[in-house]
Amino acid sequence: MKGNIVKYARDNIDTDVIIPGQYLKVHDYTELATHAMEGLDPDFHSKVKEGDFILSGKNFGCGSSREHAPIALSHSGVKAILALSFARIFYRNSVDGAFLLPIEIDQDAYDGISEGDEIDIDISTNEIKNLTKNQTYKMKPFSEIIGKIIAAGGLFKYKPDQD
Amino acid sequence: MNIVEKILARASGKSSVAPDDVVFADVDKVMMHDVSGPGVLKVFDKLKKQGIAVDKLWDPTKVWVAEDHFVPSADKLSAENIVKLSNFTKNYGIEKHFKYGMGQYGICHTLSHEQAMVMPGDVYVGGDSHTNTTGALGAFAVGLGHTDIAYVLLNGNIWFKVPETYYFKLNGKLPEHVMAKDLILKIIGEIGNDGGAYRTMQFGGSGIDEMSVESRLTLCNMTTEAGAKNGIVEPDQKVVDYLSAKGATNLKLVHGDADAEYSKLFEFESSEMEPIIAKPFSPDNTCVVGEAPSVELDKSYIGSCTGAKYEDLEAAAKILKGRKVKIRTEILPAAISIYQRAMENGLLKIFLDAGVTVGPPTCGACCGAHMGVLAKDEICISTTNRNFPGRMGHVESQTYLASPMVAAASAVTGKITDPRDLK
Repeated sequence: MKGNIVKYARDNIDTDVIIPGQYLKVHDYTELATHAMEGLDPDFHSKVKEGDFILSGKNFGCGSSREHAPIALSHSGVKAILALSFARIFYRNSVDGAFLLPIEIDQDAYDGISEGDEIDIDISTNEIKNLTKNQTYKMKPFSEIIGKIIAAGGLFKYKPDQD
Repeated sequence: MNIVEKILARASGKSSVAPDDVVFADVDKVMMHDVSGPGVLKVFDKLKKQGIAVDKLWDPTKVWVAEDHFVPSADKLSAENIVKLSNFTKNYGIEKHFKYGMGQYGICHTLSHEQAMVMPGDVYVGGDSHTNTTGALGAFAVGLGHTDIAYVLLNGNIWFKVPETYYFKLNGKLPEHVMAKDLILKIIGEIGNDGGAYRTMQFGGSGIDEMSVESRLTLCNMTTEAGAKNGIVEPDQKVVDYLSAKGATNLKLVHGDADAEYSKLFEFESSEMEPIIAKPFSPDNTCVVGEAPSVELDKSYIGSCTGAKYEDLEAAAKILKGRKVKIRTEILPAAISIYQRAMENGLLKIFLDAGVTVGPPTCGACCGAHMGVLAKDEICISTTNRNFPGRMGHVESQTYLASPMVAAASAVTGKITDPRDLK
């Protein structure tokens, strides 16, 4: 899966900046996308492109359980978030709703990847290739259950009885 | 096994479970509100298009619904969400729907205990991150998103990775003018806002024995701000008395085994705590009130699931009695039952005499939704749970998190004030 990086070099990007509380009453996914990241980067909606990845630091998506957060990012075209770590509900919502891939990266990847770099993520080998800089990094493998839900295409398509 | 492992083993039909095991646990209670309910309906629409049946819930008697985030309706869209929610509960036969303007209603997490909706030993999931609150009754209480709640509504179970448990041993009774809010801010300040990530935060020790059920609810409520999966306190006689007084019977208390394992032990001297605040823009950015920056406050907000239970209002009233507020101050009891007690016991008069505006139960400005949100550069001291950029309004507003006593004392002086320093 290939995409270009939008980088926010900071920790604790919370759900209130991903989609501010005043929009919680909105359930139209296209409209939510127009407000994605509004609390941090009002230009996000105009600069993000279909297939982009976000790169950020620790504890991405901390705060609220609002599924609006992965929905707003996903419907902005974002296919994956690469972060040093994720808050649990954001992580779970991203995977169970099949909105985007939460990819846990290490410090080398975090430091090495820059805004605009073209990245190729291969979740079968757990490798992240930086095509712009010709570098390769490891991603943390998904746990078994997460890998299976992702492979199935979300929680509702996952059949635990067939394990 | 510890209490969480025992609850999850029972709910998943296993004789034992250990941290990192993945289980599908049967759910005992599910909660939705006026944000997550319409969100779940969107998931149902999506499922219908995929040919998945959504015409029947697994058990509507185990589902309950609150109206809290955008009531009273902030605008047309939030009014329409309330109508959607009402149609949802009507169409699916959900009887426990607490409606704004029809007797008891309030913030979902407050109703969970005020109405005894959740019992010790339950697996309780809610479409809101502060579902952790109700772990104070001895339940495994976890917040989930819309897709997961939709899954529970249709299937009656959901997957969990059994969490590691961090055990917080609290020693001694909190001093006068120091509240559970101060203690949980202290803990979050020490472990950081991802210090409990994916874990259970369990509270015990003499500090818990001495503490009221409502104070324990405050502790568990803000385990969310440390990233925890859930917060929990083993149920004792206080919990039994609390729930029995609300008509609950046949309580099945679950306790950890004597040889239960915890992945980490923390110890806090609650008897030595001081009033604490969290400065903008993170709940872990804490300091004692004595070292707070000297800022001119614009507003004091006493509300939310974290800081507007009866005990919280009583604490604020102790400070405000016979005094006048110097800045805009709002008190919003977290449920009608609390509002009513506050009226019967004279608290509302104390608040109104002090110049406070008393509002209806709502999540309101806590999440920047409506009813008293902050303007650019406004500074608020608040009994709520988060102070991220823009949390309570404009992205350049600021929120200091504090206990109800500190928020009340600060309302009187217009500066961040230790309640012990009020003349």
